[in-house]
Amino acid sequence: MAVPDPATSHAVPLRPSIASRLLNWGTWAIILALFVVSVRQTGFNLEVIGEGAFDFVRFFRRLVPDWRALPEIWRPLLETIQIAYLATVFGTLIGLPVIFLASFNTTVNAPVMWLARSILTVLRSIPDLLYAAILAPILAIGPLPGVVALTIFTMAVLAKLASETVEAVDPGPLEALRAAGAGRNRVIAYAVMPQIAATLTSYVLYIFEINVRASVVIGLVGAGGIGILLNRYLSFFDYGGLGTMIVVIFVVVLAIDQLSVWARSRLI
Amino acid sequence: MPHITFTDVEVTYPTGLRALKGVDLEIPRGQFVVIVGLSGAGKSTLIRTVNNLVVPSRGDVAIEGRSVTRAKGTELRRMRSGIGMIFQTFNLVKRSSVLRNVLAGRLGAVHPLRGVTGLFPRADVAFAHECLRRVGIPEKAFNRADALSGGQQQRVGIARALAQKPSVMLADEPVASLDPPTSHAVLRDLKRIAREDGITTIVNLHFIDMAREYADRIIGMRDGLIVFDGTAAQATDRVFEDIYGRPIDEERDLRGRT
Repeated sequence: MAVPDPATSHAVPLRPSIASRLLNWGTWAIILALFVVSVRQTGFNLEVIGEGAFDFVRFFRRLVPDWRALPEIWRPLLETIQIAYLATVFGTLIGLPVIFLASFNTTVNAPVMWLARSILTVLRSIPDLLYAAILAPILAIGPLPGVVALTIFTMAVLAKLASETVEAVDPGPLEALRAAGAGRNRVIAYAVMPQIAATLTSYVLYIFEINVRASVVIGLVGAGGIGILLNRYLSFFDYGGLGTMIVVIFVVVLAIDQLSVWARSRLI
Repeated sequence: MPHITFTDVEVTYPTGLRALKGVDLEIPRGQFVVIVGLSGAGKSTLIRTVNNLVVPSRGDVAIEGRSVTRAKGTELRRMRSGIGMIFQTFNLVKRSSVLRNVLAGRLGAVHPLRGVTGLFPRADVAFAHECLRRVGIPEKAFNRADALSGGQQQRVGIARALAQKPSVMLADEPVASLDPPTSHAVLRDLKRIAREDGITTIVNLHFIDMAREYADRIIGMRDGLIVFDGTAAQATDRVFEDIYGRPIDEERDLRGRT
């Protein structure tokens, strides 16, 4: 309603002030300094990488797939995909109400929003591999800790991403439905959901892609799926099995990614 | 008893802006009231206190003697469901069908579970079609809302408000986004329906000529206060100059040139 009067609004300066130029140079200086310190302290060395390249070629030549390993790879691979799928479903179901609690335009009140956002921030700050490593001894080694770890990840990431989408929806229909006497749940169902449905589905598919890749890795810490077998191949220097597994994972993950990309492209 | 009663209504926004500085006003049942004034005069704030979208920091707004300002929860939602509202930017859910947008007007009334499942009683669906017929676009029911022209979208807005079976209709700059011929057509429809159903209507308008043409009563606002209250005949050019705080010829010139 209050329209700024062009006559009283501030004139645009012709060139950046000294302060803003200093800030600019300062930013670049910090980026450079962090780079130098990081290279020194990690011992980053191009020479070693160069030498490593020869070792890698030697190693790679031994990775000839031994297709006899295929039958034993098949089941844990399926388990990996199932872990990712279940985690995506559970995470979405649990995350859905949280999305709206964490968005300023659909939340119940300010303290609830603050609480929801804080919980999400804490959950997201812990990597999924760490969840799996902590949960595996508690929930017994196997797919269950994997499902729980990735469910937490799915919920936290989805709620964060989607609540940004919810906060960016056109507020007009929300106001109109409130004016018509609709309560919070109906405003969400009728004014918010139609606006975010496509984006939300796209996020869920994208998180499923991430979960498939993540569930390969979390097996390394005992959280079920193909990672457990991967761990065995690595410890027993079973290069034939390892080679087969790499090819299979590559093909399957690529196929799921392509399927998901295709599905998402049809949504928007 | 007046249909709508404003008693010493003050609104101060969190930013410290005092949008209303003590408004007293009584509106009888069935009156078609047009509020005029510059942007920032408090017109939008005033009509939003009627359905409590804006909560007064002091004073009270009552409908048939029952305070909207102090109503909470279910009671507030029930009172709101009897007050239709249309908006400058229509505020339709663009990706939903026209029919679904109109049915949204029933959300304050339908059974709690029904509203969430998306299944409306057959009678409500029939009534939504009837509302679309009354605003002259029955054939658009299954189009997507954003496929319609501006004038048609505002008609959907009116139909959604009618679906509430309202006794009060609020219109916040309903034609500010439309061209002049469409504006007149929409205002004519609004007035005709208000007359037929005996709906008490409050409309915010920018344009002087339209205010004079459609209003039973014109209220002028400036700087959060009512500075004029009278019939269209009483609202002379001098009165409008006073409301706008500047000669209207100048404004006409500006409009003509740009």
